[in-house]
Amino acid sequence: MAQSKADTASQASLQSDNVSVPHEEGIHVVRSITVDRPVEELYRFWHTPTYMPTVFKNVESVDVIGDNRLRWVIKLPTDQKVELQVEVYTDVLNEVISWRSLPASEMQMAASVRFRPAPPNRGTEVQLTLEFVPPGGALSKAFLRLFEEAPQQYVGQFLREFKQVMETGEKATIEGQTSGRESEVAQ
Amino acid sequence: MKAVTFQSTGNVAVETVPDPRIINPRDSIIQIISTCICGSDLHMYDGYIPTMRQGDILGHEFMGIVVETGSEVTNLQVGDRVVVPFAISCGQCFYCKRGEYSLCDNSNPNAGAAEEMYGYSPAGLFGYSNLFGGYAGGQAEYVRVPFSDVGCFKIPETLTDDQAVLLTDIFPTGYMAAENCDIQPGDTVAVWGCGPVAQFAIRSAYLLGAEQVIAIDRLPERLQMAREGGAETLNYEEVDVIDALKEMTGGRGPDSVMDAVGLEAHGTGVGYLYDRVAQATRMETDRPTVLRQVIQACRKGGNVSIPGVYGGIVDKIPMGAAFNKGLTLKMGQTHVHRYLAPLTEHILRGDIDPSFVITHRVPLDQAPEMYKTFRDKEDGCIKVVLKP
Repeated sequence: MAQSKADTASQASLQSDNVSVPHEEGIHVVRSITVDRPVEELYRFWHTPTYMPTVFKNVESVDVIGDNRLRWVIKLPTDQKVELQVEVYTDVLNEVISWRSLPASEMQMAASVRFRPAPPNRGTEVQLTLEFVPPGGALSKAFLRLFEEAPQQYVGQFLREFKQVMETGEKATIEGQTSGRESEVAQ
Repeated sequence: MKAVTFQSTGNVAVETVPDPRIINPRDSIIQIISTCICGSDLHMYDGYIPTMRQGDILGHEFMGIVVETGSEVTNLQVGDRVVVPFAISCGQCFYCKRGEYSLCDNSNPNAGAAEEMYGYSPAGLFGYSNLFGGYAGGQAEYVRVPFSDVGCFKIPETLTDDQAVLLTDIFPTGYMAAENCDIQPGDTVAVWGCGPVAQFAIRSAYLLGAEQVIAIDRLPERLQMAREGGAETLNYEEVDVIDALKEMTGGRGPDSVMDAVGLEAHGTGVGYLYDRVAQATRMETDRPTVLRQVIQACRKGGNVSIPGVYGGIVDKIPMGAAFNKGLTLKMGQTHVHRYLAPLTEHILRGDIDPSFVITHRVPLDQAPEMYKTFRDKEDGCIKVVLKP
């Protein structure tokens, strides 16, 4: 991705003859969020392979494996991993990035993120589209649990955490806080 | 440390729990000096805020001393005496930048659930159920303050602990409620409820130039405190409030009305009985007895200000009266951050000493008894300060 042709302003289909998610199959999710940061910063985040795992806890790693090719490792709640070989097939600076899985992947997936300026002083609108066919077999159950059978909500949380990190530098969380649930016996 | 934890409806306990620790770079840990029980804590105590879990640490009104700061916190030092607004705000989103801190986009880790319920998620709140983030509260010896660079305000030395702790919620809440009345010279403001928020709303309405404030309740000690703040008072068990207000305003009606009661209103008559039944059977979650009355009592073109808390669904709101009289309704959780500087200034100038409202000061250990005393309005209880 680092060598992508992002600097060409025209919408370029970088490679066009690979399979991703067949028409009218799989799960299709579209969600938008407005982030109060300049588009350049948001585009840079999605365009830099190493950033994604720092924000999204289910993305274990993203590695560049070739020209416009990436390996994504998705971690499931069961600690199983799904490996995807992905091609960047659209990359227009500050406008859109699209990815789709290559046949060697353990599941079929296509995703895109689009950027559009919000009205003045409202930041940037970010729209994430995700299509996938859940993997079969043992992975399938784990994968559905990752999405808690509510892909819209999962993707919503994904985007909220992205916004939190871009706007505030950290993710709002209560993970690790103490409560009376793990308390010692009252003295 | 010791902390007040929710156990079940009508049951809180003081337990020993692990001390909080820094989780995020903008966190700080505060050692609590003073913390209060708020009327809205009672909504959880009474089971009207449904996403409480056993073991949750309660409390959203607290002040204390900074004992540890996260790596990104540069404006606080260990040893600073600070007051902490009840809403958690990032300071950097669209809403925070507009001063609408309680609508912060980024502070509720459980925003998905709040979005399902409300369409969009308001800010995370300390000690206020899972729906508002599930953050541990400050009725404890220590608390973790997220976004502490925005959420901790250093207090001038001349402000007492008791004065400061009332800045975390109820003084600003009363003040914002009065601001929402858009008070003009000559205005009469009628305030339903004479609890702690109303006491501050009464005094704030005068600070903002009200000609007359009329306060409505049934408890003699609360009505007395309202009179001490300059209000005329009405006991709703003794008079027809709407008629009385009309007479007291020369037939015009109050220019602004305020529901400082919220979802657990008491009242009289058929409407109140309807709400008790509907709430008990979960046909509605909130009892809007007062809200109906304020709408009915308000003059044409007036303002309805709602500092009293609502959480869910209400029934039989006289929308026709609100519409045809052209009323303006204003409400919401208080944007405490934006009031801290001006209200501190009022205290330092001697315009108001907020500690007048405190009736009980007890050790933290006595929290379980005090929740009950406050809920049942026994022993003249209006405001409780807990000392860890």
